[in-house]
Amino acid sequence: MKRRLLLFLPLIGFLVLAAFFYYRLGEDPSYRDSALIARDFPAFDLTTLDEPETRVDASLLKGEVTLVNVWGEWCPTCKQEMPQLLELEDRGIRMIGVDYRDTRKKGRQFLNQYGDPFELNIFDPDGDLGFDLGVYGAPETFLVDADGVIRYHHTGYIKPEDIEDTIMPEVEKWRR
Amino acid sequence: MAPLIRWLTAVLLLACATQAVGDSIEIRDFDSPVQKERYRDLTSSMRCPLCENQAIGDSDAPISGDMRDRVYTLLQDGQSDTEIINHMVDRFGEYILYNPRLESRTYLLWGIPVALLLGGGVLVVLVVRARRNASTASLSASERDRLDKLINRKRSP
Repeated sequence: MKRRLLLFLPLIGFLVLAAFFYYRLGEDPSYRDSALIARDFPAFDLTTLDEPETRVDASLLKGEVTLVNVWGEWCPTCKQEMPQLLELEDRGIRMIGVDYRDTRKKGRQFLNQYGDPFELNIFDPDGDLGFDLGVYGAPETFLVDADGVIRYHHTGYIKPEDIEDTIMPEVEKWRR
Repeated sequence: MAPLIRWLTAVLLLACATQAVGDSIEIRDFDSPVQKERYRDLTSSMRCPLCENQAIGDSDAPISGDMRDRVYTLLQDGQSDTEIINHMVDRFGEYILYNPRLESRTYLLWGIPVALLLGGGVLVVLVVRARRNASTASLSASERDRLDKLINRKRSP
């Protein structure tokens, strides 16, 4: 009898694997966590978009839960994302922009045209800060807590439903 | 007519030349052939984060270009392969490695093939032994008698 049961071992193995693969089939293969979760926001020393003489560093992100949005004039989905960013600012979230691989002129024009929810914009023309953040496409959004630690990462643009589904709950979670 | 043809040829040649520049072939100077080899190994062992399953050495994505630049800069700085890999993984995550590193999270991944191989070996030994014993031990006295008769051999008492 025992031997008979042993014969079912391959079938059981197959079923376990099949269930595992089927479960993974529904997931987005491009989704993955940022390597920077639970780490300090990377050090940087850059100017702001509007003031070429003003230098800012990572201390900018301490004291309050902040959403850091990486965008660029060249990025089409950043335009679609803007209404959601304005909505988040309306809800009282501190917003900081990173103008990634852009020129000052085009970046400013973009904000004038589509809206400017940002307290200020870090100007990152060479993509150095973007590289340290592991950004591989814009837009990307990082939630930074009051201690300057990255707590949440959103790849791709924030869709209208994401505000209630993910962004607000995460902000509330780290405000406490 | 001849000057016109000459002029057209010149324009065409120029067009080809600018095309080649536009394709932006990366030219890098290496200190040694060893360094060049390390650059090639490193850029072919890292996966482009944007384009899924293309090595950064083969990919046209802007981020792959940035990553190649960084690998090159770090090589020039004299960093070791491990340091360079850590530098990239710190930013882009374990995902970019075609060969995951051996650590507590990946013991299972690396361990399963070894465990299966050992398990299979043990199984084969057990089965062979069982067969060998079964061939003589599992026959009862009457069965053995019958077998002896069948092969026409009288067992000596």
